[in-house]
Amino acid sequence: MRVVIPLIAVIILFMLAYFGVEAAGLQTLFGVVFPYIALVIFIVGLIYKIVRWAMVPVPFRIPTTCGQQKSFPWIKPSKLDNPSGTLGVIGRMALEVLCFRSLFRNTRTEIQKDGPKVAYASNKWLWLGGMAFHWSMLIVSIRHLRFFTEPVPGVIIGLQDLDGFFQVGVPVFYATSIIFLLAVGWLFLRRVVSPQLRYISLANDYFPLFLILGIGTTGFLMRHLMKTDIVAIKNLTLGLLSFNPAAPAEASGMFYAHLFLVCVLFAYFPFGKLTHLAGVFLSPTRNLSNNSRVVRHINPWNYPVKVHTYAEYEEEFGEKMKKAGIPLDKE
Amino acid sequence: MYDAGKIILGIAIFLVLITFPFWFTLALGNPDYQPDPELPAGQVQCVESKEYMIHWHMDLLNQWRDSVVRDGNRMYVSREYGDRHEMSLTRTCMRCHESRERFCDRCHDYTAVDPYCWDCHVEPKGE
Repeated sequence: MRVVIPLIAVIILFMLAYFGVEAAGLQTLFGVVFPYIALVIFIVGLIYKIVRWAMVPVPFRIPTTCGQQKSFPWIKPSKLDNPSGTLGVIGRMALEVLCFRSLFRNTRTEIQKDGPKVAYASNKWLWLGGMAFHWSMLIVSIRHLRFFTEPVPGVIIGLQDLDGFFQVGVPVFYATSIIFLLAVGWLFLRRVVSPQLRYISLANDYFPLFLILGIGTTGFLMRHLMKTDIVAIKNLTLGLLSFNPAAPAEASGMFYAHLFLVCVLFAYFPFGKLTHLAGVFLSPTRNLSNNSRVVRHINPWNYPVKVHTYAEYEEEFGEKMKKAGIPLDKE
Repeated sequence: MYDAGKIILGIAIFLVLITFPFWFTLALGNPDYQPDPELPAGQVQCVESKEYMIHWHMDLLNQWRDSVVRDGNRMYVSREYGDRHEMSLTRTCMRCHESRERFCDRCHDYTAVDPYCWDCHVEPKGE
């Protein structure tokens, strides 16, 4: 059920937009109203999330480290795994965000068949699928800017020329289109095939996967099999960008379905697991330098505690103590 | 809010990046531009219907190339109108659509499409 319900949800969303345009003629709703709403939800929702996270105090450093902390000058510190300053933190963060370093360390635990021995083996498939998926999604997104800019900057043209380097077919197949679909397919399959992963996977994990798979598939179909009028589409996007939109009738239902799934993705983004786009930058184990031995971190919710020291105690009861023959510190 | 400076800086970077299409188009771009491919005067129809040509011209040209280069077959029978045409970019397409600049490039530049037709073909210069 956790797989089927998100799948049905995405299919219904697709049909809603496809038939909403093809049968009911709701171009303006799907082409103008929903994109604006989705963008506002995306931006406001993400900022709301970030501010909420920033309200949480971080009273101490959380150094889950895999390296030597900076200590004596003759002990070599691990600058990236256990950074003591801002530069090291930036390095560790960059490696995490750009190269998914913590996934690269992923290991699998197995009991070996030839005896009751536990073995730990490096398992890079999640890392590989994640890298392929995220990077191709980034490149696909940047490529789409050709519909959002006029004139189109040379960087975007250069990127798509590089992406279509193999010049297979007309219009050319982009390498990232293929890698993207394969990677999302793999990330879905590993959740379904592996029993452990299936057990911990929720509807919330499958929904974005199906949504992204739907977006990729509709986009691929439109480029290669079910053509649409991209000049009309660019007129629509430029109209949206200059706040003077008009949804064209020339664009097909497939295009509006693609656009609607993207809108749903944007609107859903701040509320599900996808917020890791912003959240990764606020990971306390990644973005804090391990300087606990150099800087004193004061707990922000500490309140002043009323104390009564022994010196004050002696001040108060000194005479009575003296009479009773109890030795005093002062004397 | 803790680390307000860094959080606000991060949000500012996010806003600048996500609104890139908006400010780029408003500041440097030309949002009202409409590509206006020059249609040949005196012609009523292409080798196929207008809609088919808008959607599938690149595929048709690709089929023509394969047919001519691999099979030596130069004759194309229109599915829509039934008339016969020579499969030739220069002698058929560009006899009516005379100028690459005023026809092909208008939409191709607008949508940043860079077909490799002209790697081999020479565009006719005569007017």
